[in-house]
Formats: sequence, structure tokens, C-alpha cells
Amino acid sequence: MKIRVILPSHLQNLARVGKDIEVDVDGDVTQRSVVDAIERAYPMLRGTIRDHQTKKRRPMVRFFVSEQDLSHVPLDAPLPDEVVRGEEPFWIVGAIAGG
Amino acid sequence: MSGVRVLVGTRKGAFILTSDEAREDWEISGPHFPGMEIFHLKGSPANPNRIYASQASDWFGQIMHRSDDGGLTWETVGNEFAYDGATETHQWYDGTPHPWDFKRVWHLEPSLHDPATVYAGVEDAALFKSVDGGQTWNELKGLRTHSTGNTWQPGAGGLCLHSILLDPTNENRIFVAISAAGAFRTDDGGETWTPINKGLRSEYIPDEDAEVGHCVHNITLHPSKPETLFMQKHWDVMRTDNAGDQWHEVSGNLPSDFGFPIVVHAHEPETIYVVPILSDSYHYPPEGKLRVYRSRNGGNEWEALTAGLPQENCYVNILRDAMSIDRLESCGIYFGTTGGQVYASADSGDTWQTLVHDLPAVMSVEVQTL
Repeated sequence: MKIRVILPSHLQNLARVGKDIEVDVDGDVTQRSVVDAIERAYPMLRGTIRDHQTKKRRPMVRFFVSEQDLSHVPLDAPLPDEVVRGEEPFWIVGAIAGG
Repeated sequence: MSGVRVLVGTRKGAFILTSDEAREDWEISGPHFPGMEIFHLKGSPANPNRIYASQASDWFGQIMHRSDDGGLTWETVGNEFAYDGATETHQWYDGTPHPWDFKRVWHLEPSLHDPATVYAGVEDAALFKSVDGGQTWNELKGLRTHSTGNTWQPGAGGLCLHSILLDPTNENRIFVAISAAGAFRTDDGGETWTPINKGLRSEYIPDEDAEVGHCVHNITLHPSKPETLFMQKHWDVMRTDNAGDQWHEVSGNLPSDFGFPIVVHAHEPETIYVVPILSDSYHYPPEGKLRVYRSRNGGNEWEALTAGLPQENCYVNILRDAMSIDRLESCGIYFGTTGGQVYASADSGDTWQTLVHDLPAVMSVEVQTL
């Protein structure tokens, strides 16, 4: 199914896409499966959202849906229905740090 | 030869400065990768249109770029730097064991002969090699797993492998330098490594003959004399004439023997350049005067080069990879500052011009002679 994703600006530039993208997710829609789909569609983003080996989210990246911070929800937990239905995007946000 | 291309890495992007042989009029392109910290970019000696670039940030990690048209366009290449085998520990600042953890690529060194082969010096200190144009990277693990590795400690900038010298006469010989472990040499293409730090003296190491632990800032060599290396250390300018087996100090009359970069003239193997900086905590030029120092006899006797450089109220730093040379008949010298200026001399340092005033802080300067 098509999942809407919003990327931070630096990753938009790197992938040469706009802010709002769609990726194809097979099976359960979770943080892990969505990021898997992003990395399949945009290989240049591998290693930028999560670590290559551990698959852990990078410390200064956060995940949001409908204004809720899901960064500490288990990777394989289902994402909210509104993401699955395409009504809400999965937000990837770079931390505001540096003053 | 028809001109030069100056590759400038800054805290907020890369810039490319080009000129003809006269080096009087310059075109500036950039920022490439706007807003992103570009630690280093360097062109292939075997194919000058191929340029590799290292972008790193705390947010999105390490990203590698490659251009095959001299920096006009770029593509993203592989950014997976996985240590080979078990990652043991090195020492942390307080002396406690600290697991090896990849942070960024500090320095890229393309092969002298093969455009697809490039080495990467990384933090935490290790050497990686790609033979497919940067798509995949493999660690030359003999360095990190050297028997002294568990004693290496980071310098102020981290435990970084920042200098890579390829011997033009012996493809199996590579020199590297790590802050603050010291210099190392391999004679078998990177399988095994020998610390080459005899003769270095570091005030903060109680053991005068310590095999490792020296804060080497930069090393360089001239291709016609690859057994002679010059070193800018945390303090002291050093030279060796036997490929690092023994070093001796050549700081001589420098106003400060602290600094970061050191380069050799393109055509005079005994003519070397440094930029003295005050330390420990100051990290700006002595007396607020930006002076490049040149020795024409391999060290000890130094002359200040000031024509065209600010001689008052100058408090910038010049980082270790931010100085380079061209190979035109009249050798050009180039350096960038943390204040965003790039200076160049087309006459071996006698006179200087400002190529650009207001870039972001300059991390690296490399020059391609086209």
C-alpha cells in the first residue's frame, strides 16, 4: 500500500524529491517497514535515518504521526490507521539543535 | 597544463574555484551540498574529472558523493563503513575503555593510478578502501587491530585518521597519521602496520620514548623523495629521512611550533610551508598576524611570508587539511581559514591574493592542476 512520508529538507535535497513522498509498503505498516520502503525507493538515504547495521534510528532523528512523537514506540509496532489509510503522513524530523 | 581547480570544503557546503595558469581571475561555483558540512573533497590524480567528497552531520550521519565531470554534477555513493570483525576498545579521554564507533570520514585519498580506488581515513580511527569508485568500502583492519590500538586516545577533535600518504614509488607503502595515536606505515598494502614515532617528544606523555600517543596534526612528502616526510605535530615541526624510522625536530625559528597543515613545494623537495598558530587554547596566529612560514632547506630556518596577508587583528585558524599546492611551473600555494577566506600565492608564497572573503569556515582545501 502507498504510505505518505514527509522528509526533512536535507534528505529531500539528497533524494532530489519534494517534502511529501509516497512509498510502497508490503505487509504490516510499522516504523521498520516504512523506513525499509524508503531505503528501497531512495537508496541514497540508506544510513541517514537509521544505522546501517543496528537499524536503530539515528539519535537526532525523530518520527511523528498526527503530532504524536512515536520515536520510542517499538520499531515493529503497527503505525496508526490514519497512516495506513493514507490520511496522515509519517513524519521524519531532524532535531532542532544548535541554537 | 591549463589551469587549476581548487576544491574547498566548508561547514556549510563545498565550493569550487577555477582559474587559468595565470591564477589572477577566479570563478567560484557553489555552494555544492548547501548547508551541509563537507569535511574533505579530493580529485583523482588518474582522472581529474573524478572527485570524491565526504559530507557528515550529527543528524544524518556520513554521506559520500562522487563527481565524474569535475564537480559540475554529483551522485551519492556508498556510505556504509563497517569495521571488519570485532570492535574492541580504545581509550577515552579519561583513560577508560571506549568501544570503537564510526563517526565520520575525515580524509579521502584517491589512488595515484586508478580512479576507482580511493582510501578513507575515518573517526574512530581506521582506514577504509574502495575499489569500485566509492560504492562499497572495506576496512584495512590491520591498522585498527594493531597491538597498541587499545591504548589510542582521541585528540580534541576525536580519534581521527586524518592523513594518508601514498608512496608513488611503492604501491604497497602507505603512511597514515592519527590524532592522538601517531604515525603508522604499512609496507604490504595495509595488511600490517608499524608505528613510526621514534624521535617524537610530547610533553603530555610521561614516557619520552612512547611508541604511540603522539598528537600528529599532519604529514606530507614530496613524490621525488618519498622516504623524507615532514610533520606538523601538536607542538614541533619534524622530519624523517628514513620513512619514519627516526624523526628529528626542525621547528627552528618559528614563532610558534604549533599548527595544523604542512605542505611541500611542487618542485623543490626541501621547501616546506607551515602556518604557526598559538596554543593550547588560543588557536589563532601569534600577534594577530597571519603569516605563512617557508623553509627552503628542509626546516630549521624559516622566513615569514606576509605580502597580501592580514598583519593585524587576524584571529582565524587554518585546519589540517586546509592547505595545498598546485603543480604549475611557478608553484601555487593555497589555504583556507576558519574565517571563510581562501588565500593563494602563484609565486611560491612570495605574494598572496584573497580568492574569496566570506565563505563558511573552511575545513579543507585541495588543488587539482589541470
